[in-house]
Amino acid sequence: MVYLTRSEHFNAAHKLYNPAWSYEKNEATFGVCANENWHGHNYELLVTIKGDPDPDTGFIYDVKKFSALIKDQVIEKLDHRNLNLDVDFMKNKMCSTENLAIAIWEQLLPHLPVGVQLHCIKLYETPRIYVEYFGR
Amino acid sequence: MSKKVSVFRREHFNAAHRLFNPDWDDAKNTKVFGKCALPNYHGHNYELEVKLTGKPDKKTGYVMDLKELSDLIKREVHSRFDHKNLNLDTVEFRNLNPTAENIAIVIYDLLRPHIDEDLDLKIRLYETERNFVEYPA
Repeated sequence: MVYLTRSEHFNAAHKLYNPAWSYEKNEATFGVCANENWHGHNYELLVTIKGDPDPDTGFIYDVKKFSALIKDQVIEKLDHRNLNLDVDFMKNKMCSTENLAIAIWEQLLPHLPVGVQLHCIKLYETPRIYVEYFGR
Repeated sequence: MSKKVSVFRREHFNAAHRLFNPDWDDAKNTKVFGKCALPNYHGHNYELEVKLTGKPDKKTGYVMDLKELSDLIKREVHSRFDHKNLNLDTVEFRNLNPTAENIAIVIYDLLRPHIDEDLDLKIRLYETERNFVEYPA
């Protein structure tokens, strides 16, 4: 079993704001991240898959196809977007890095070829803050 | 030899923005700015490098106390821009397109009055790891 990781990036706006709470409670819980006019990040996304190398190609998965898959299913939908307003798979969800990592996993999972397993979504919100999701 | 030394302080702020010219229609803004003109904003982790050049003070050995420089940057820059929408939340970009170039010039102008005039000031601003600007050029 070998792990293969592809790194991509996207730049997006978001805010952490629970619409069921008052402004005061949101500010107390989320601080500056609750700014109603959003703020933003350069997100770095690392997608790790695992499998056994194909005996003919030596690949778990052709990285050009792997990159194209991530771009089509994730990056195109997130890059230069507002995560709260523009992204269908984040509707009615809190736009935390945690929830975004889970959502990215769910976006990619159905499109992986047979024999390739999704292992980890690692998502950096900033160089100092990142999450990892390994599936349920 | 003048024994001038450059000292650097790095800080960062996370902000939303979009690039557009209000005098242009949507088609022209999209043609010029591409995805950066999308109407609901996007964002960046901006990395800021402030460079001061001068002779070390004879008494302290400092060009400038970097803790003081850090506090100055937090007061004048970070408090204005961090976790803000540059287009909507700031006075500086109310009528100015918040390109990295313009942000660097604005940051220079915010810091310059508070720094000893004997010191040269230069701003380097990373919008992303791959795109950065420097002012003065």
